[in-house]
Amino acid sequence: MAEVLILVEHADGEVKKVTGELLTLAARVGEPSAVFVGDGFDTARATLAAHGAVKVYVADDPELSAYLVAPVAELLSALVTEVSPAAVLLASSAAGKEIAARLAVKSGSGVLTDATDLSADSGTVTAEQQVFGGSTVVRSAVTRGTPVVTVRPNSVAAVQATGAAERVEVSVELTATATAARITDRVVEDRAERPELSEAAIVVSGGRGVGSGENFTVIEALADALGAAVGASRAATDAGWYPHQHQVGQTGKTVSPQLYVAAGISGAIQHRAGMQTSKTIVAINKDPDAPIFELVDFGVVGDLHQVVPALTEKVRARKGGP
Amino acid sequence: MNIVVCVKQVPDTWSEKRLDPEDSTLDREATDPVMNEMDEYAVEEALRLQETHGGEVTILCMGPDSATQTVRKALSMGGDRAVHVVDDALHGSDAVATSLVLARAIETIDAVDLVLLGSESSDARMSVVPAMLAERLGRAQLTFAKEVTVDGPTVTIKRLTDDGYQVVEGTTPAVVSVVEKINEPRYPSFKGIMSAKKKPVQTYAVADLGIDPGEVGLSGAWTSVESFELAPPRESGRVVTDDGNGADRLAEKLVEFLASKKFV
Repeated sequence: MAEVLILVEHADGEVKKVTGELLTLAARVGEPSAVFVGDGFDTARATLAAHGAVKVYVADDPELSAYLVAPVAELLSALVTEVSPAAVLLASSAAGKEIAARLAVKSGSGVLTDATDLSADSGTVTAEQQVFGGSTVVRSAVTRGTPVVTVRPNSVAAVQATGAAERVEVSVELTATATAARITDRVVEDRAERPELSEAAIVVSGGRGVGSGENFTVIEALADALGAAVGASRAATDAGWYPHQHQVGQTGKTVSPQLYVAAGISGAIQHRAGMQTSKTIVAINKDPDAPIFELVDFGVVGDLHQVVPALTEKVRARKGGP
Repeated sequence: MNIVVCVKQVPDTWSEKRLDPEDSTLDREATDPVMNEMDEYAVEEALRLQETHGGEVTILCMGPDSATQTVRKALSMGGDRAVHVVDDALHGSDAVATSLVLARAIETIDAVDLVLLGSESSDARMSVVPAMLAERLGRAQLTFAKEVTVDGPTVTIKRLTDDGYQVVEGTTPAVVSVVEKINEPRYPSFKGIMSAKKKPVQTYAVADLGIDPGEVGLSGAWTSVESFELAPPRESGRVVTDDGNGADRLAEKLVEFLASKKFV
């Protein structure tokens, strides 16, 4: 059975949830092999094994992480040549999509982004995508080269499987092109200990109705009670109330959590494009005609400044927390 | 400093988008065309860099005849000239082919120091073309920039990340993609609109760029749509309104709903 390469998303060996989802999808197509770039393989190994990684190609040369995106594309391209995988799967993060982009050009392969499901039928890999804000479901195949597919986090449930996660050392001689964009600093602005927006099972978002940056503490309190990530509409990030990296919608993140709570968000088409595929949608808005109510499983017409704090209290009480 | 800005014509975000049942490409007839919003920020950034560093700004667009509208819109904001790659063979091109056409078109323009573009288009939303262009041109990839600084040959950006930003540095010529928090695009002035009509627009067919028409378009695409269907509409849920008992009552109903779904 042909190998399927998946690129591990991790922070110093702390494996992100989407990696398990990639391994799960890889197993449908072939034999899952993980590609681990950077430090921390020993930390990551157990998680990769528990999701069925048979082999793990480890590239811990710090040079690979010193430059933007291109070195990892060169590494994957070299691996594609060496092992002729049935497909290469990456997470649909900004960097994941860019690595996929460069790999596609390098290896002469078609690329599909933001897949929400994957199937293999007699050697053909078919990816399902939800386009136009979730209004249309498209099934596509790669017709040339090795299918390169990026997968949207939270699209499938990661299943437990047993793999040996055998370490295979790999390295690559980087070209001048790969080292053209050097990362000179990494600045963390957002130190809150919350789940990451694109991976979170629950997202609580605030919009124009929140009214100010200070008032976002109300949104954050509910998010913390639910163990959720915090999102924001473009109106809120444009106003400077919340950092841009939390923006959900067109020109921001696309999220697909189990539960999406929209507070003070009217639900313009630009916002819906980023959250419409959420499994359960709840909205709190004082305008009964807000388009967000067309999407909801449960909607509350009321003032978020009163309803959200009250809800936070009740969630805490039910969870038996402080 | 000479800058090329890539702009794409897309359906207005507000319009309902659908796929053409004939060939599974975006039905552009059914929508109002506009310049991709993120590209307006790229044009603006190019004009600001030109104000500081001088040089020429060239607008580059790949798209049908009707995309002339987007080319003119960009030129009415500013810029000196445009290159429009227009060819029936391009219909249905995938991202890989698009990057090929843009790369070859950029190579026809002399002494390019910077290629600027929006970090995603509002229709395909793949965010792959800037990286593909950097790969094809063999240039520094400086993407998802919320700030761009040029100092001599050194280009430095702040790249938006999940929890903050990275500082990424390269040398010209470089490919830079921008996010919409980078600036506030100007509106074209009346004078700008009038002068845009006189600015030179060079048009190319794909063969003029040394590309075999079979490499682009639907037939040259390296991916193909097997099937598509409209997603089933979401079933409308329950909406409760303040019945005079205030927020506490609403919150109670909401928490009961969340509990029924096992979120609490």
